[in-house]
Amino acid sequence: MYHKEKSIQIKNSASALYNNLGVLRIAPRRLTYFTVVHANVVNMVSASWDGLNYSHRQLQSKEPNVATSTSLIMQAAFCALPSRDLLVVTSQKGIQMYESDGSIMVYWHALDTPETPTEQAVFARGISAVWENYICVGVSSGAILVFDVPSKGSNITLSEVLEEHKESITDMASECSGSQECIANLVTADDEGNLCVWKSGEEFQLLNKIPGFDMSCSSVKLWKGTVVAGYGTGQIRLYEAVTGILHAEVNAHARWIYSLDIAPFSGLLLSAAEDSLVRVWHLTMTPETNSVEVAHLHNECVTDTQICGAKFCDGDGYAFAVTGYDLSEIIRYVQS
Amino acid sequence: MSVRTLPLVFINLGGEMLYILDQRLRAHNTSEDNSEKVMNDIVGTMFSKAFMDELLKPQQLYSHRTMKTVLTRLAHASIMRLNPASMERLYELMVMAFKYQVFLCPRPKDLLLISYNHIDAIREFVRDTPVVLNQVDETHRKIIEVFIIYSPLSAGEFQLLRQTLASDCGLRSVFCSGRRWTVTGRELRRTEFPYWRNYTQPIREGSFELYGNRVIRLGMNMYTVDHPEETHTSKASSVKPVDDSPNLLAKEELNLLARLMGTMKSENTSEAETGFRINLFTTDEEEKEAAAGGAEEPLFGVINIQAMQDQQATTELARIAGQFAEEEEKPENHSSSKGDDLLAMMDHL
Repeated sequence: MYHKEKSIQIKNSASALYNNLGVLRIAPRRLTYFTVVHANVVNMVSASWDGLNYSHRQLQSKEPNVATSTSLIMQAAFCALPSRDLLVVTSQKGIQMYESDGSIMVYWHALDTPETPTEQAVFARGISAVWENYICVGVSSGAILVFDVPSKGSNITLSEVLEEHKESITDMASECSGSQECIANLVTADDEGNLCVWKSGEEFQLLNKIPGFDMSCSSVKLWKGTVVAGYGTGQIRLYEAVTGILHAEVNAHARWIYSLDIAPFSGLLLSAAEDSLVRVWHLTMTPETNSVEVAHLHNECVTDTQICGAKFCDGDGYAFAVTGYDLSEIIRYVQS
Repeated sequence: MSVRTLPLVFINLGGEMLYILDQRLRAHNTSEDNSEKVMNDIVGTMFSKAFMDELLKPQQLYSHRTMKTVLTRLAHASIMRLNPASMERLYELMVMAFKYQVFLCPRPKDLLLISYNHIDAIREFVRDTPVVLNQVDETHRKIIEVFIIYSPLSAGEFQLLRQTLASDCGLRSVFCSGRRWTVTGRELRRTEFPYWRNYTQPIREGSFELYGNRVIRLGMNMYTVDHPEETHTSKASSVKPVDDSPNLLAKEELNLLARLMGTMKSENTSEAETGFRINLFTTDEEEKEAAAGGAEEPLFGVINIQAMQDQQATTELARIAGQFAEEEEKPENHSSSKGDDLLAMMDHL
């Protein structure tokens, strides 16, 4: 179904972090941006669609005007809002937002770090663009920071802090940005496997809380009102977002799942785990019977690699890219 | 990232160090007494209450430089001496073994089981010295208290711990011991899955108690079986490029180091011989070669630190360094210090 294409070499290897691959497709310029996190650096590659031009850039995590401080980055992800695209980088010290090509930093938010180190680590993790003008970022305390992003400029403000989770946020996802009306448009996951479903607005509204079973949910996606969540046990669970009904449970992988992605136009689901496998599934929603079907389509084994990031490169799922721990390349697969 | 990594890092790296040293001591046909003394001294220093208490405080992981310095001091807390080339190689072997274990543990909580495997083996090394054995037991109890009873870590938090450790192991020496590694340094994880067979329940869970069968084999002594293969250190060119920018946290790290070393007992040589040298290479010529070659291409960038602003740290460091250097110049003290050591031991019994 898929065959391997030429990999893109990157300057450093990928770190063992959840969802460690960001992809942004820029159709007008026939380019795709990729981001891979390595320790305190984000490796950015801009790849032209004809496969001839690659340009590289590295972003460091540091506070503006403070030359010396760097901290370990937890995640880097693209946020595609109707008016603009931003690259958000979260680290132990704070949250940085860049223009999508990584050229200028438009916003910096520092995390509250206590004077003496406490038992719990402090960091930000979990990034999602929501609706027309919000970017949500999770924090290790379980809080979710909601930033209001204007269509132009750097006047980004912290509009709300949602405190519902008690454990560190691992990932979050949204759908219906800008166009359709959705009942729920944000889902957030934490280290205990709890999922919270929200509706965005001036004040975000908590619609549902789906309990976990003390097993970390490392990656989560939202599609057609269904939450697709990947867990440390290697399972993928599909819940109906608003009601919390469990539609399906898939024993997908033999080890911790590190990344999930959905191609919204075709209903393809991509899952990648520490067991060196990337699997492609197909989701079928039948609203009449209120059921969801999951079909397994394809596997790729990246030999001797713990995979830490996997994403579709386009909305149809025609191609996907994969990163692995200690691998200095982005491996690409294309439908045959 | 995780602020609970240090105790496990030191126990595991220290454990690997002891496995390697034990193997080299036997290969050199060192006398029983000397071997035992070396092991007891190192284990005693590593598992001393003050050192462990310092490690158990929540803090960020040390840089490679600091870790290497502390482990070098630990290795030299006995009558054994290692020259820089051997120490370099020892450190590389330790980190590679630990990276292998972190990488391959099936569940994040197995990191604890790997640490317990190391502690079990260390207990065996010092089983004839009740004082040190007691220290090891005490430390093991404290680890169980901290990680399981008082502030139990969830699977997600253990995974964060594992990710923090994974982000720090940048070395790429080639560790050729049979099937485990490819030449480029990628670890091999080949398992056959014969799906046509009948399957019973998977392996039982390892014991998290003070004593027990850990089940998992990671963390056990890899060096007890005599391998005919050699271990090869990488050429400097295949080592991950080092960040040459000056580490401005260096001053903080040195202060921390001074505090830590201040809590380590400075052992005076309490016996007649003034120490013996250990060679991690197979022949002396190889060692000299590695030492010569290593001089031009240091594994870690050398930084010059002007620590003039912090007089206290410098004098403290100088005092501690002085104590180590003066060991061989105080033969007249050894009879009284011998007595002191004996008294201290008797107090503990």
